[in-house]
Amino acid sequence: MNALTATAAVLSHNPVFGVVVTLAAYEAGCWIQRRCGGSPLANPVLISVVLIIFGLETCQISYDVYLRGGSLIRFLLGPATVALALPIYSNAARIREAAPGILAGVTGGGTVACASAVGIAWLLGAPPELLRSIAPKSVTTPIAIGISEQINGLPSLTSVLVITSGIVGAMLSGRLYEWIGVRDWEVRGLATGIAAHGIGTAQMLSVNETAGAFAGLAIGLTGLFTAILLPVVMLLL
Amino acid sequence: MLRTYLVLLICQAAGDIIHQLAGLPLSGPLIGMVLLLVVLTIRGGASEEFRRSGQATLGYLSLFFVPPGVGIMEHLALIRAQWLTMLLAVIISTVLAMISGAIVMQSVNRLHRRSRARVLLGASVDKGEAANECPHRHRGCPVP
Repeated sequence: MNALTATAAVLSHNPVFGVVVTLAAYEAGCWIQRRCGGSPLANPVLISVVLIIFGLETCQISYDVYLRGGSLIRFLLGPATVALALPIYSNAARIREAAPGILAGVTGGGTVACASAVGIAWLLGAPPELLRSIAPKSVTTPIAIGISEQINGLPSLTSVLVITSGIVGAMLSGRLYEWIGVRDWEVRGLATGIAAHGIGTAQMLSVNETAGAFAGLAIGLTGLFTAILLPVVMLLL
Repeated sequence: MLRTYLVLLICQAAGDIIHQLAGLPLSGPLIGMVLLLVVLTIRGGASEEFRRSGQATLGYLSLFFVPPGVGIMEHLALIRAQWLTMLLAVIISTVLAMISGAIVMQSVNRLHRRSRARVLLGASVDKGEAANECPHRHRGCPVP
């Protein structure tokens, strides 16, 4: 066995491969974002996902081989989500004060997120299974997959749409609020969490802790609201 | 660091169990987040160490979304047929959701603050003070 095949064998069977690739691509993504003056448009998740998919496709390495290491990093999403309780706790007074606005924002924004996604896809001639899969796309992945199964969508398609929404929302969160004249970090955070779940929350946390707390809160509330709303709406239709 | 992760993972595990047993629509980690919030409220805050390593973890939140994002490559065939429809629907509806969520919250905040200011003003009128001497402590105060 020559050195090259030995290297390839080690890399493809060892979780260290996926971990190193993910960390390296993420470092590259963060470096590019810094070079772009920290612009949200240079989203590190988007950059690293594109780099890794390009690399894996070029070297003909399957997602399963990558995931041996990738799943170790994905695992940390759980404890990180629990840790969102920290910024929420330290902003508890603001959250209590803004409670009516928060509930109204989640109800309004969450409804618009579902209805507009389905409506636009329908106008563009999407098939029914895509319409059902796109409805929960603003909700955090585990909840969205559950909703998609419940309303007979395709869970794998839903997870792609959820990730895409998160990246798009995080990218737009910089300029959009300036254009519509929203300056309050509480409002910016909540709206980003409603539309772009965890990826949007990560972007908000990197700019402002209060915005991050409101975004983290919005992940849970929008998930809950959509999980109750969508199956009921599907029953009525 | 180790103790922080132990607490976070215990909350997540408890959340997963509650999710399974109670069939709540929230995911295990999100229920874990609520549990940690309850613990923090009872304890009256987190230790310095816990706060520091928790915040360090949150600083890498976007990293943990990279492997699920790479999962898109598994569905390239599915995406290829409808990619433009999907991308347009996602972009437009994400923008609409952000705008509507922000506008609704901002309007309700203003109404809420205005009604609270009015209550405060009403109280000061009762005390015989001039109504236009609002201290302007509230954003959106109706008094010019």
